[in-house]
Amino acid sequence: MSRRSEGTNEFGRHLLSVADLDRQQATLVLDTAAQIEAALAGREVKKLPTLRGRTVVNLFFEDSTRTRISFELAAKRLSADVINFSAKGSSVSKGESLKDTALTLEAMGADAVVVRHSMSGAPHRLAQWVRGSVINAGDGTHEHPTQALLDAYTMRSRLGRLEGLRVTIVGDVLHSRVARSNVLLLSTLGADVTLVAPPTLLPVGVETWPVEVGFDLDASLPKADVVMMLRVQRERMAASYFPSPREYSRRYGLDATRMAMLADDAIVMHPGPMNRGMEIAAEVADSVRSTIVEQVRNGLSVRMAVLYLLLGGSEVSS
Amino acid sequence: MGDVHNAPNDTASETAAEAAAADPAPSRSPNRLILDAGDLGRVIDRIAHQILEKSDGARDTVLVGVPTRGAPLARRLAARMRAFESVDVPVGVLDTTLYRDDLRMRGVRALEETTEPPGGVAGKLVVLVDDVLYSGRTVRAALDALRDLGRPRAVQLAVLVDRGHRELPIRADYVGKNIPTALTEQVKVLLDEVDGRDAVVLQGGTQ
Repeated sequence: MSRRSEGTNEFGRHLLSVADLDRQQATLVLDTAAQIEAALAGREVKKLPTLRGRTVVNLFFEDSTRTRISFELAAKRLSADVINFSAKGSSVSKGESLKDTALTLEAMGADAVVVRHSMSGAPHRLAQWVRGSVINAGDGTHEHPTQALLDAYTMRSRLGRLEGLRVTIVGDVLHSRVARSNVLLLSTLGADVTLVAPPTLLPVGVETWPVEVGFDLDASLPKADVVMMLRVQRERMAASYFPSPREYSRRYGLDATRMAMLADDAIVMHPGPMNRGMEIAAEVADSVRSTIVEQVRNGLSVRMAVLYLLLGGSEVSS
Repeated sequence: MGDVHNAPNDTASETAAEAAAADPAPSRSPNRLILDAGDLGRVIDRIAHQILEKSDGARDTVLVGVPTRGAPLARRLAARMRAFESVDVPVGVLDTTLYRDDLRMRGVRALEETTEPPGGVAGKLVVLVDDVLYSGRTVRAALDALRDLGRPRAVQLAVLVDRGHRELPIRADYVGKNIPTALTEQVKVLLDEVDGRDAVVLQGGTQ
């Protein structure tokens, strides 16, 4: 009947950047995640038959434990078949290897490819070579869309709203795809973002971002609803961006004294993995304000929502 | 032959409501009023009585509504059962979208709420509640979803309207009204909680 053809997948085929999501689509992901969480809460069988017969490939060119496991579990909870393709250590030059891998995946008929790559833009290239959906699970210093979505989901479930929420993102913004995706998504969703970082760890052109920039953490804490601490990514730092870890921690680390300056219901977030004692003190990470464990749990529901919205509708045209 | 009436499609319902209100029906009306608000209330009362009768006063019974309109229907049935026999029947809501077998045939659907009935479903008599029984595919999906929730002692089905055209061996235990329909027709159940008024309307027929 005619109604069948009316239904179009308004979510697009890939999730490469949160910039591709408008407010309605981003809210759809968060709402879908909430419904999935409610549907699975307290159940005997934590599995849904939705993606039976679909194949999801985890293609990780870069180390990741939590993101890969989270995607793997999300796909399995939706009954998809999951293949983990760890491409690390390949001696082929990166451009070639990515294309060859894409052709292999194409031949195997993957319905979705979850890709992490150390080079910004790799998922975009991949999307041109495969017919299935491509989900960016972190590319270089560019983006990490599902992390931003799970962060927004966590803020909304803890604080009840996103519109007008004051979010302070602290630390290594320069190397952080988490920060980049969060800034884009949060501004789409109507939150006010402030970045606090040493000048050396702010990207060129940050003045064009929809954010305020500050250098004084103590000044920004009392008015924040959310403080998001970024990991100091020492593996991406060839040069020295700050005098010493101790100096960084003293100026930009969140310890108990600083936490006491926060408003009563303010929350502390961290995308993980943490450098305890560096950007975040152990007592802060383990406090009731911390949503770090919740973020991991919410990541599962959000990734299930993304997989459902990308793969749950009409068949990919082939 | 999708379960159009069960599809979460508020725009369609609004259009139906407007059209039905605006159309005082000459010959061959595209919208025929099957049940008005009064009829609908009486039908719900009757189903509530029948469930009470068949379940020994709703002993170990839970009502589980299938969204969109099955959920308010289940709540109304529970309210009527409370009024008749002062029993508190737990009510749950079960979205079947993720269990549908026609997901690949159309665009992605938004999910609806799922709430486990207080006390769960294990060992209970579960009465599934939906507005329209048509192909039976929604009920099949609901049975699959229910199985993952727990193991009920028995499952029964209550529907406001049975319009025929089953595609699966499924039947209802409680039927508010049997409406013989053509495949080209649509049955619209309008409920105050969702649509702002109570009515059952038969739409279309030609085209």
